[in-house]
Amino acid sequence: MTAVTCAGIVGLPIGAALALARFPGRTAIIVIVNTLMGFPPVVAGLAIFLLLSRSGPLGGFGLLFTPQAMMIAQFVLVLPIIVALSRQTIEDLWTEYRDHLTSLGANRLRSIPTLLWDGRFSLVTTMLAGLGRASAEVGAILIVGGNIAGFTRTMTTSIALETSKGDLALAMALGIVLMSLTLAINGLAYGISRVGARFTGRA
Amino acid sequence: MLRRAFLTAAASVLVAAGLLLPAHAEDRFITVASTTSTQDSGLFNVLLPAFTAKTGITVKVIAQGTGQALDTARRGDADVVFVHAKAQELKFLADGFATKRFPVMYNDFVVVGPKSDPAGISGTKDVAAAFKTIADKKAPFVSRGDKSGTNTAELSLWKTAGVDLQAVRGEWYREIGQGMGATLNTANAMAAYTLSDRATWIAFANKGDLGIVVEGDKKLFNQYGVMLVNPEKVPTVKAADGQAFIDWLVSPEGQAVIASYKIGDQQLFFPNAGDPNA
Repeated sequence: MTAVTCAGIVGLPIGAALALARFPGRTAIIVIVNTLMGFPPVVAGLAIFLLLSRSGPLGGFGLLFTPQAMMIAQFVLVLPIIVALSRQTIEDLWTEYRDHLTSLGANRLRSIPTLLWDGRFSLVTTMLAGLGRASAEVGAILIVGGNIAGFTRTMTTSIALETSKGDLALAMALGIVLMSLTLAINGLAYGISRVGARFTGRA
Repeated sequence: MLRRAFLTAAASVLVAAGLLLPAHAEDRFITVASTTSTQDSGLFNVLLPAFTAKTGITVKVIAQGTGQALDTARRGDADVVFVHAKAQELKFLADGFATKRFPVMYNDFVVVGPKSDPAGISGTKDVAAAFKTIADKKAPFVSRGDKSGTNTAELSLWKTAGVDLQAVRGEWYREIGQGMGATLNTANAMAAYTLSDRATWIAFANKGDLGIVVEGDKKLFNQYGVMLVNPEKVPTVKAADGQAFIDWLVSPEGQAVIASYKIGDQQLFFPNAGDPNA
């Protein structure tokens, strides 16, 4: 959750900036970000593991096998999704409102906050996609978190562990709980954005 | 509105930064790199709370195969290793990553396989002969393939049986690179043979059509040892608390807790800290 929030704070403005700014290499960056959406979590996990290990460059912080390490991993995985999806949303909005905003004297940079605010309901979906990735993830957090009971054990890593123990019924039950939670969060977010859209008079 | 949004963002970043700070200093904990068998068998669920209640030290367990657990400690990411592959442990000692190895407990490995027993080895007392038959008949066999203690034991059994794995391996020999429980799941699904430590086998809840086919051979002995990572080699090691855990494990009290762990009426691990040859 924290990871997704941080990724949102960092990712949304970057996505918007990427949608509006024009600079050499922009296309290349967009392609890279889109590619990173499919970043294999295990690879991300391994890279962060090597960074945070006591013998790695950031080993001094002692972060490996902590929830903080897991947040970092999820941040890295979620960020490209939020950047890529918000870029798409903002770029579409820009196409729509370009003339209007320009006539009000706003330049591209100044338009970013307005467009972000304007697109907030579709951006909720973007954030949910990020949250989905974070909560469904197991490969990266297993590597950097270590699946320590009561400390870095999550729903997904418990499911992996119970499957290992051969307790398939418990594993499946946990899976159903996780699915229900996700369903509830998505339902809630959808409801909020619908209500919000009605309030501001836009469907 | 912009200003408020900015303040919100700034506040969120601060909260996030707070969460990212390392855990509170007053939490006393050690990190133990151990094997999947000690975790999947449920031993740690009774062992660790007893130790924490006595000392106030929390134990965080990373359950990996023995080879991986030793590597984790070599990188400096664990304070204590609790594993079961004597040759690898002695190498760890020889490399100076630990100064003393303490035997803790033992159990044994068992060969499990489908009730249909395609290799016809059920009831064999000689595990080497059984392995030879499996290879000759190319009966499906699932290997851990992860340098764990069990994997090490399995590979040395093939050697003892006179089977040159590289020469005869084919589709019947399936390396899956996963923990003991996952390997048993796979063996069950494929109606294959595999080697398991007895503790994980007894605790395993998805036995399906699998059963023990070979047991009781002396070659199936499975010794567990514990070592403190050498603080001279890895300065971040919590030497005092780590040694406290080891001392407790080999103390009469810790040994009694190990002996008391049962599933049904079966004892899973047999303490033998007093045995100098173990």
